[in-house]
Amino acid sequence: MSEHYKIAIIGSGPCGMSAAGRAAEHGISHILLERTDHLSDTIYKYQKGKHVMATPDVLPLRSSYTFEAGRREAILKTWDDQTAKHKVNVRFKSEVTAIKGEKGAFEISVKGGGKITAENIVLGIGLQGNPRRLGCPGGDWEGVQYQLDDPDEYQGENIVVVGAGDAAIENAVALAKQNNVYIVNRRDEFARAKDGNQKLIEEAIGSGAITCFYNADPKSLTPGKLVLTVADGEAVVDCDRIIARLGAMPPRKFVESCGIKFPSEDPNALPELSPQYESNVPGLYILGALAGFPLIKQAMNQGYEVVEFILGNKIKPADEPLLEEKFGQLLSLGRTVDDIIAQIKGTVPILNGLTALQLREFLIDANIHFPKKGDVVFERNDYTNSFYMIVEGGVEILVDPDDPSIRVNLGPGEFFGEIGLMAGRRRSATIFANGPSFLLESPRRSMIKLINSVESVERGMKSVAMVRQLRTYLSPHLTNEVLQPVLETAQIRQYKSGQTLFREGDKEDGVYLIQKGSVTVSREIGGRDVVIAYVAAGNYIGEMAFLNKQPRNATIRAAINTETIWMESEKFRSLLESAEDLRRDVERRLLGRLVESETMKARPEAGNIIQFLVEQGVGEATDILLIDETLCIACDNCEKACAETHNGISRLNREAGPTYEAVHVPTSCRHCEHPHCMADCPPDAIHRAVNGEVFIDSKCIGCGNCERNCPYGVIHMASTEPAKPGLLSWMMFGMGPGPGQDKKRKKDKKKGGDDRKVAVKCDMCKDVGGGPSCVRACPTGAAIRVSPEEFFSFAELTR
Amino acid sequence: MHVSILFFRNFLYLKIAAALAVVALLAYTIDEPLGKPNGGTWLGYTLGTIGALLILWLTWFGIRKRRYGKGKLLLEDWMSGHVYLGVALLVVATLHSGMQFGWNVHTLAYGLMTFVILSGLFGLYAYIRLPRLRTENRAGMTLDDVMGMIAGISKECYDVAARLDDEVGQLVQKADADTRVGGSFWRQLSGRDPNCATTHALDRVRELAEGFTGTDADAGRQLITLLARKVELLRRARRDVQLKALLDVWLYVHIPMTIALLAALFVHIVTVFLYW
Ligand SMILES: Cc1cc2nc3c(=O)[nH]c(=O)nc-3n(C[C@H](O)[C@H](O)[C@H](O)COP(=O)(O)OP(=O)(O)OC[C@H]3O[C@@H](n4cnc5c(N)ncnc54)[C@H](O)[C@@H]3O)c2cc1C
Ligand code: HEM
Ligand code: HEM
Ligand code: SF4
Ligand code: SF4
Repeated sequence: MSEHYKIAIIGSGPCGMSAAGRAAEHGISHILLERTDHLSDTIYKYQKGKHVMATPDVLPLRSSYTFEAGRREAILKTWDDQTAKHKVNVRFKSEVTAIKGEKGAFEISVKGGGKITAENIVLGIGLQGNPRRLGCPGGDWEGVQYQLDDPDEYQGENIVVVGAGDAAIENAVALAKQNNVYIVNRRDEFARAKDGNQKLIEEAIGSGAITCFYNADPKSLTPGKLVLTVADGEAVVDCDRIIARLGAMPPRKFVESCGIKFPSEDPNALPELSPQYESNVPGLYILGALAGFPLIKQAMNQGYEVVEFILGNKIKPADEPLLEEKFGQLLSLGRTVDDIIAQIKGTVPILNGLTALQLREFLIDANIHFPKKGDVVFERNDYTNSFYMIVEGGVEILVDPDDPSIRVNLGPGEFFGEIGLMAGRRRSATIFANGPSFLLESPRRSMIKLINSVESVERGMKSVAMVRQLRTYLSPHLTNEVLQPVLETAQIRQYKSGQTLFREGDKEDGVYLIQKGSVTVSREIGGRDVVIAYVAAGNYIGEMAFLNKQPRNATIRAAINTETIWMESEKFRSLLESAEDLRRDVERRLLGRLVESETMKARPEAGNIIQFLVEQGVGEATDILLIDETLCIACDNCEKACAETHNGISRLNREAGPTYEAVHVPTSCRHCEHPHCMADCPPDAIHRAVNGEVFIDSKCIGCGNCERNCPYGVIHMASTEPAKPGLLSWMMFGMGPGPGQDKKRKKDKKKGGDDRKVAVKCDMCKDVGGGPSCVRACPTGAAIRVSPEEFFSFAELTR
Repeated sequence: MHVSILFFRNFLYLKIAAALAVVALLAYTIDEPLGKPNGGTWLGYTLGTIGALLILWLTWFGIRKRRYGKGKLLLEDWMSGHVYLGVALLVVATLHSGMQFGWNVHTLAYGLMTFVILSGLFGLYAYIRLPRLRTENRAGMTLDDVMGMIAGISKECYDVAARLDDEVGQLVQKADADTRVGGSFWRQLSGRDPNCATTHALDRVRELAEGFTGTDADAGRQLITLLARKVELLRRARRDVQLKALLDVWLYVHIPMTIALLAALFVHIVTVFLYW
């Protein structure tokens, strides 16, 4: 027996729910299938009392449901009420396991039996995926849970936590306060977790607060008894509860099994959709986070729209006002948003391969500029990493600051800014508009998304980029004729952190230009590999050997994930012959290395410091706080200064972090070349400022993704706090929290009020001015902020 | 790249302070006042005014230190200047007084000033010397790390002691419960604890363990190893607390004496105008 509907909606997140609501309003036969026993699981799982934000503010809401910023509980309650009011046909505990068939006759299998047929399917299952389950026999015991909402709920129980990642550790440590906790780790260490968590769990195990089974795997489970395979046989644990934190299976496999195609293997790739959200399988629509729209309001609007589209109604997308606002000036000339989109698509070739939906989304994120002749678009040495496309007019590039005669002109359809985007470093040239122009500026995040999702973008960009990189990094005097033979055999080669490019003693095999990342140069001294230098993106390496006609005299390793352009030696030599400045540059480096290696022999400890810092990931930093422990008097004035200039919350932990000899790397943002924290921020609230500061703006919705993504543990979630008294009234009358304190704040926090937590991190005091306050407030000069190139310069270390 | 306050900006503040002191000395030798040189001559007034301004400026450092995110200079500029000009003040004030000391409020002010400067010099020594010792002592760990390890060993001690007799059990229990790191001010400064329960336990268990045989002997040796390791870690922790205390203690003299100095100076200036 099977049921039949016009629309089956899978997943009751904001998009699915909104679609079901609209279908109910229209009175169409529909069903909303939800895996869990409540609506909108992602939001249900937010921490208690979370303040849910309705970003972007300018986007109007169009849905049968209401949604305003507010407490999680209130929002969920409203949605439950409205679901009942609209008589939405929702079915809980119905996980969809397969979709077969085609438009008009889809067949949906639901876990636990039951088949449903539908004419159209709306897929809105979000990105959470399914938690990995305990695979062992008996794993379906109801005492097994895959989520822990409130660790304080349990007391005096025997609890087994399975897993070794951050979530497992955080749960185990929190539960251990009031319970007897065991943790089951497949391996013999907790290497997968963040440093801070590793320390926490090791301490808890060391002190006996938690018992750990290493190299252990659940073998079987009967209610209340878990059997583990361990190194020397079996272990049996009595337990009241099992918390399995084994990570989640991304939903991609399931989505692909429904016949939906992804444009690339990249895990971040998004499925291709029509402007009506229809996938390559006709009748199957994809919405929300799964389609690459990571905010609640967007998702709800799509739910409404998709039902209209299925009914064949032509409506304007709800994001139209956003684009109208963006195009403002152009629209006054009587053109429509669609005209302008068509013009952009027609002129800019790398955007040609985008679907209409992708292009809209791309334009909403983009900025539009109308510079006049002579206006500067960006300057050499700026730290911005956005990407520009020319729609009308053109720009002039001042390639060499010492030789203003070398200028390159770009016209409509061409792009620039890709070097900064790829290398994550300072801009390599200054760009002026050479007439009134219409430029599109796309933030790094949208560009990366496009490169991952649309193959033609990547191809279009990389081929042009290579020529430009060679000119920028080698010599602006290289002509196309000279470069052509080099390009014919040049290759892009990628290396993982720690991988070797070549080894000392190897036969010479070409020259490497580092376009992204950085490498270390090391040499065997006294039987040991000693690092002698650090080389950042924009430099080349490997030219010595063929000039000297000798084997490699040093080993090169990637300090972080690195990309190079590899060139054949003979072809590189031909470049030297045609560009005198390049020849001189090569010679200058050769001489420098000679000096360096002599100094090195006398001072191997400097190499050890470089090695240590590279191991700490300093290689990807653009600006890092380093403390000289021989000068630091532990007065914590740096932390106080940070707190005082940032609403009472210090973004730096001086004492934490590793130390080698006297160099201490405190826990503080390094302003990475390619910030991990930016990778998946739903409202795109993390940016890089002109001087390189990575900062979080007021759009933050407090989802905590960045906190998880930063490998250095420098972001935390904090509530907004009360005003501080003036310094004098604090000193004289003891009013309120003093410098660097936030004790009062905790007391003040209203019970039951909104927990409006947002992400905070170091912004290098860009709004305070005058440089980082921590460094300015250090009385002894122990704290400095430097870029790795500066610090790794040999002269500095051997002083 | 890191520069100590002494070498800061290529000795800029040393140069300024030295210039001030040299000019003051020259003026003092050239000047031939009527009668004995003292604070009442025109040079005396000048030097006295410079001295008083210096004192106010040196005191302002305490406020400046807490004006975070403000001002053009680094705090290190202020620190370096404070230290060098603070010493130059000694020269300026001494010349101002014409070395006419007696049992009066003027000399009291002078004495307090000297005291503040001497405590400052001690502080300077501490700031230059102790951080390195502290780093070496901690060997890459934080104090919390060391305390964590100590707590871990205490737990292990219980397990081993469970296999031994009651007296050992009590010693271990006492060593865990009664061992303190830090404590009173003097205890912190001394860097040791003569009544350390762990050291006591180690000594006593050693005596007892001589009599152990068989599996007890094994457990005894194990316990001794653990206790010895704990004593060593405790030594390290106490040394760290001691060094930190030394870094802070002199400020408890420096700051109150500064306040007293300001008061005495005020009285000095008022009296000379009233009674002279
Ligand atoms: C901590 C956190 C805070 C956030 N804060 C905000 C905020 O303040 N403002 C904001 O705009 N956005 C916020 N977001 C982002 C927002 O939650 C998501 O963009 C939004 O939930 C996406 O909606 P969706 O409908 O696409 O998917 P989801 O909300 O993820 O919903 C998917 C639903 O599908 C169900 N499901 C999955 N697989 C199946 C299956 N096979 N069968 C049946 N059902 C299935 C799931 O149980 C779930 O209920 C936050 C995200 C996080 C993680
Ligand atoms: C505005 C600043 C100052 C003024 C106007 C001033 C004025 C004077 C005068 C007029 C005298 C001569 C008193 C006498 O001969 O009886 C004097 C003496 C003296 N002053 Fe100052 N003074 C100043 C600052 C200082 C400072 C900063 C100190 C040091 C802390 C100081 C310490 C002394 C001492 C020790 C004497 C010698 C006392 C004596 O002669 O018995 N004065 N001062
Ligand atoms: C009469 C002269 C001096 C006065 C009035 C004075 C006053 C002060 C004051 C008010 C502070 C601020 C303390 C705080 O708030 O933390 C301070 C700090 C300090 N002073 Fe002085 N000082 C004087 C001379 C000196 C001298 C001569 C030296 C060293 C040679 C010195 C070294 C220091 C040091 C090292 C600090 C600590 C700074 C810190 O930890 O931030 N001072 N002094
Ligand atoms: S927050 Fe973390 S990931 Fe982001 S820039 Fe700073 S150190 Fe890098
Ligand atoms: S800044 Fe961080 S917490 Fe805030 S929205 Fe972006 S990823 Fe989420």
